[in-house]
Amino acid sequence: MMRFLHKLASPKTFYALSGRIIPWAGVSALLLILVGAYWGLVEAPADYQQGDSFRIIYVHVPAAWMSLFVYVVMAGAGAIGLIWRIKLAEIIAISSAPIGASFTFLALVTGSLWGKPMWGTWWVWDARLTSELILLFLYLGVMALYGAVEDKRTASRAAAILAIVGVVNIPIIHYSVEWWNTLHQGPTVTKLDKPSIAPEMLWPLLIMALGFKLYYVATVLMRARVELLERERNSRWVQEMVEAG
Amino acid sequence: MNELRDFFHMGGYAVYVWTSYGLAAAVLLANVIHPLLQRRRLFALLARRRRRAARN
Amino acid sequence: MTPTRKKRLILIVAMVVGVGIATALAVTAFNDNLMFYFSPSEVAEGKAPVDHPFRVGGLVTNGSVKRQSDGLTVEFTLTDTRATIPVRYTGILPDLFREGQGIIARGRLNEAGVFVADEVLAKHDENYMPPEVADSLKTAQQGGDVR
Repeated sequence: MMRFLHKLASPKTFYALSGRIIPWAGVSALLLILVGAYWGLVEAPADYQQGDSFRIIYVHVPAAWMSLFVYVVMAGAGAIGLIWRIKLAEIIAISSAPIGASFTFLALVTGSLWGKPMWGTWWVWDARLTSELILLFLYLGVMALYGAVEDKRTASRAAAILAIVGVVNIPIIHYSVEWWNTLHQGPTVTKLDKPSIAPEMLWPLLIMALGFKLYYVATVLMRARVELLERERNSRWVQEMVEAG
Repeated sequence: MNELRDFFHMGGYAVYVWTSYGLAAAVLLANVIHPLLQRRRLFALLARRRRRAARN
Repeated sequence: MTPTRKKRLILIVAMVVGVGIATALAVTAFNDNLMFYFSPSEVAEGKAPVDHPFRVGGLVTNGSVKRQSDGLTVEFTLTDTRATIPVRYTGILPDLFREGQGIIARGRLNEAGVFVADEVLAKHDENYMPPEVADSLKTAQQGGDVR
């Protein structure tokens, strides 16, 4: 088992394996997102109170879920990289940052586009919105820190420490709507009793969420491969690959 | 025809709904294109370096 | 696990725990500021600030919405079922504003105990359903066989 993992973590094996995963994950992600968008925009009925504006949830909610999920992956990979000094974990961590930042940005902007017609405001400084904005700054901070240090391995360690410290923000975002009075409504799908959303509205949401997750798998591997090549540019297998074209 | 117009009208929330979806599509696409461009740039750089090394 | 790795792991865990405790303390200290709004009963108990504007959140009492003749000023009462406060607001209301809906108003109390709002936001709930389902739910509730 350990030997298998070690082989997996070797740059060359990872490069070949990820090259085979990316098309599958990417195509399934594209299909799921298209189906989810069609179902959410066309098939799902309008909400009894919010009318058609509620269709924004099919972008907003998966993006918000992914913004938290990607952060946990980034911090976890960063911790593994710090403790075991595994290069590949460092690469996965830093490759996750721009994707997570994108999801966070999408969650904030689509939330704003939903808030204007429904709440009556683009933005309020309530606990949920503020903590999600802090998450965006954490992602940007990790990226900036990584970019500011010349040596990539030192940069990875510094970025990982920032990412790990920022993990405390994750439960704050998740529970903010329960701990404090917020303008943002409480949880719908993850409520312990049954979710308070009609099934024909829930299905496209879950499909979209799965599509976003596979999209993350595909794009993080794409970024990781480039980052890996960049770091290994002087190694033999990369040279040979360039030679082959 | 009317159905299609209603669809794009989104019950009066067209601006908000379509901006959300359009922006999401743009951001998701950008995250695919960016690594592809970076990869191409890196390969070009490495190939150039190799040619220069071969000449000397 | 080798001793150096164990040391690094402990260091990381200690770091997260330390930052976590510091954040928890800070958040508890600023708890009141993190509350986006007060409930009508908190206002009735005098917990809301008197010297600066604050927000009140509650449900718009059924049958309480009165529009003034100028067409822009609305008066209604906000309730959390335990306490009720009268609100006056001049301006454009959000699409979701209706009786029985949760809203948040920002403003201050005048001498007469009326909350004069300069901003009204609608707070939508976490329920999503098609109109037909909502209708049948309502009929069922009126029939008295729910709850």
